[in-house]
Parts: sequence; structure tokens; C-alpha cells
Amino acid sequence: MPRHILWGSLRGVICVLVAVYMLIPLAIVVIISFSSAPFLTFPPPGFSMQWYRALRDPVWLQTLGTSATVMLPAAAAATALGLGAALALERPGFPAAPAIRALLMSPLIIPVIITGAAFYSVFKSIGLQGTVSGLILADTVLCVPYALATISASLQMVDPRMAKASASLGAKPMTTFRRVVLPSISSGVLSSFLFALVISFDELVVSLFVSGPEARPVTVQMWSNIRGDVDPTIAALATVLFTFALLMLLLEALFGRGEAKK
Amino acid sequence: MMELKRSDWLGLPAILLLLGIFVLPVSLFMLKSVTDPVVGIQNFAQVTKDSLYAKVLWNTVLISGTTTLITLVIGYPVAYTMAHASGRLRRLLIFVVLIPFWTSLLVRTFSWMILLQPKGVVNDILIGIGLIHQPAELIFNRTGLLIAMVQVQLPFLIFPLFSVMSKIDGAYVRASANLGASPITSFWRVYFPLSLPGVSTGAMLVFVTSLGYFVTPALLGGLRDMMIAQLIEEQVADVGTWGVPAALSVILLVGTALLFTIVKRPNARTR
Repeated sequence: MPRHILWGSLRGVICVLVAVYMLIPLAIVVIISFSSAPFLTFPPPGFSMQWYRALRDPVWLQTLGTSATVMLPAAAAATALGLGAALALERPGFPAAPAIRALLMSPLIIPVIITGAAFYSVFKSIGLQGTVSGLILADTVLCVPYALATISASLQMVDPRMAKASASLGAKPMTTFRRVVLPSISSGVLSSFLFALVISFDELVVSLFVSGPEARPVTVQMWSNIRGDVDPTIAALATVLFTFALLMLLLEALFGRGEAKK
Repeated sequence: MMELKRSDWLGLPAILLLLGIFVLPVSLFMLKSVTDPVVGIQNFAQVTKDSLYAKVLWNTVLISGTTTLITLVIGYPVAYTMAHASGRLRRLLIFVVLIPFWTSLLVRTFSWMILLQPKGVVNDILIGIGLIHQPAELIFNRTGLLIAMVQVQLPFLIFPLFSVMSKIDGAYVRASANLGASPITSFWRVYFPLSLPGVSTGAMLVFVTSLGYFVTPALLGGLRDMMIAQLIEEQVADVGTWGVPAALSVILLVGTALLFTIVKRPNARTR
């Protein structure tokens, strides 16, 4: 057999194995979350919704509630800030644009463990540690880079001649922004909001430092359970997190900029 | 003279937030490396002298390096297939790589805990096909950690590599074939060098992000696989000291920043 055919079929085999490697672990968690067994065994002996019913436990309801209370304002704030920053930075000739863009993207580059430790030390001294406000502030900072990148990308698609045309027809800058620019980037803004929701909901490392007994997101509670006694409740929660991300991605693909399809 | 427009002020809130609630806290924390408990470089001296810290630093580099290598070997053919496949197969492969990419790290690490435990699926299969007779130890050691880290990091290699590969002009490869090069030769002498910018960007991205990993080594690694982020967390949260974790953070950050500046201009070397 010629060697390039060998290489071709080897490539095919590797792709199939990688697909299995990437997807099967998640699939098994989802399947186990519907298990009737009291422990994490595969294949499950039978079907049951017991682990989803177990989520009605006050601990999970409360922490899920905290996550929701944190992610909505954090995602909204990050999107608003990212929109403002993108509008400023995308103007040709904006002073020091590369440096300011680097500043706004830095939470993505600096390892989260450092961000977490830094927030912990500062938030503690100003009374934000262990509060919902602290968590919102932390998640907002972490989501700004995603918002900026997503909205910047959609602004770059807007034809600058459209704004010029609207201005030359006598529209005030605010009217041009509201009637011309905003409608053409609205899908980018929506994408940014959806991505930020996922980032905030899934955030763990920084939350480990910033959270406290009064304000504990669901990921932090999962973390402490995983390190102790693991039961299929965690699989059910993992499925909830996974489904949430999948749902947001789907919404993004349908109504957003379609970044997820790329 | 710089001229500011009214719309430029829209950027101000984000800039102020990032300066006040990101740059300031991180800088203050870093500063503790030379001020806590007293002014001086004692924390860096301790980190470099103490064999425990040296070992953790070495582990971090070694685990990140191994992850990068394995990711590269597995990811290269996948990115190649993705870049040169028909629309449908390409979309399918992107989907396969993207779904885990958007799944929480905690969920993915947890899924490996289930799969790799002594009575887990992987051991069941290995015993089932008669490869081993007793459950292999796949968790709380280097093996389990690498299996999970490679999976988590694959998208960071595949996507940059894919974007470079899909821009490679097939005419070069065809030309070399017309000139009599065997497929193997034209791959190694023509295609592979053209894909190098993607290889270096992807590999560097995987390596740099691996350096700061916390969740995966904490849940899947053994005691001897401790990485720098775990040490920072332990020192801050459990021990309650600031000087040493700040020094470790400075080392991690400087390493990360240096490597990122190299990634920023990947084309400088190959062009």
C-alpha cells in the first residue's frame, strides 16, 4: 500500500479517536446523571430522575440562585462596558489603541489563579470578599475581554460609509449611532451577552477566592463536593452546566453573530 | 496633537474598571513578593532554594511541556483534516472540538474522574478486551492528569493551526509533486514549513495556558504532580501567607508574559 494512502487512513483513524476522546466523557456524565444507582457506575442499571430531584436540596437551589444573581448583572455590565470600549477603540486614530486593548484583554492572559489571589487580598480589605457584589465585580472584569473581542469583531463588519451617509443626510451623531450602527452590531452585542453568561456561570477559580458562606456560586459548591464524597448529584449538576452552555451556543448560532458556527 | 472625539469617552468606564479592579489588585498582590513580611528579596530566595518549590516549578514546566507535545502530535492531523476536508466533514470536526471548548473545565475534569477511576469505564474496557487483568491506576497520577489536560488543551492547538492551514495555497504542494517530489517529501519540505506559524502559535498557547492550570491537576493529579497554581492557592487559602505565593505568581506571570510576546509575532521567525 502506498505510504500516502496509509497516512490518509491513519489520519481518518486519528480523527475518529479524537472525536471519541472529546465527546465520550461528556456523554457518559450525561448518561450517569439519569442513573438509578446510588453511585457513579457505568453503564447505569436503570433510568431514574432521582439525581435531578436531589437538586431541590436547599444547598443546590441556593447556590444555583447565587450563580444566576451573579451572572445576569455581570454579563450585562461586561457587555455594556465592552460595547463602549469597542466603539471607542474601533475609531481610526483612537490614541494608544493597542495599549488600551491590551489592558482590556489582560484578564484573559493573566492566569486566573493570580487574579483570584489578588482579588482575595484586596476584596478582603474593602469588605467585598464573600459578597455577591464582589462576585459580580470579579465576573464583570473576567467577561470584559470576551465582550470587547466579540463586539469589536462585529463593528469591523460595519461599513463606515453607512455612518457617513447618515451623517451627511443630517442625522445627529446619537441618531446615527441608534439608527445605523447599533442595529448592525446588535447580533454581536447579543453574542457577547450570551458568551458572558456562560463564562460567568462556569467560572470557578476566581470564585473560590472571592466567594464565602453567604455568597457561594454553584461551581464552588460542586468543587467542594467533588473533593469529598462524589455522588451522581454532581453528574446531574454537570449536565445542567453543560446543557446551559449548549443552549447559549445554540441561541448564539441562531440569533447572534454566529461565532459558534465558525 | 491627539484629538479626542466624544465617542472616545465611551471607552472610559471599561478602562477605569480594569485599572481599578484588575491592574491595581494584581499589582498590589505582586508587590507583596518583595514587601511581605519585610522589604527584600527573601521570598524569591526561599522559592529558589527550597527543594519543594523547585520541584513544583519543574513539575509545572514538565507537565506543560508533555501536554504540549502530545497535543501537537494528536492535533496536527486533526487540524489538517479540518482544513482540507469538504464543508460537511469540516463543520462536523469543528463542532466536535468546539463543544468541549465551551463546556466548563470543572465538568470536563469531573467527567475524567468518572472515566478513569479504578471501577471506571476505561478500566472496564481495558479489562474487557483482556489488555490488563487488574484495574490500572489511571487517576491521581501523571497519567490521568495528562489524559485530561491534553483533551482540555486540544482546541487551543487545533484552532490556530486550522486557521493557518486553511490559508496554505495547495499550488505549492502540487508544484512540488509535479517536480517529482514524493507525497512524503512534499509534505515535509513544502507543507509542514508553511504550517509552522500555526504550530508555533498553537503550541505556545497550549504551553503557556498549561502553566497556570489549577482545577485539573488539583482533581486528577497525585501529590507528586503538584503544579505552581496549586501551590499559590494552598499558600494563600490554607497557610495564609502572602510573600511566597506572590513571588510564585511573579515567576508564573513573567514566564507567561515572555512566552506571550513570542507568540505575538510568530511570523517573525518563519518569514
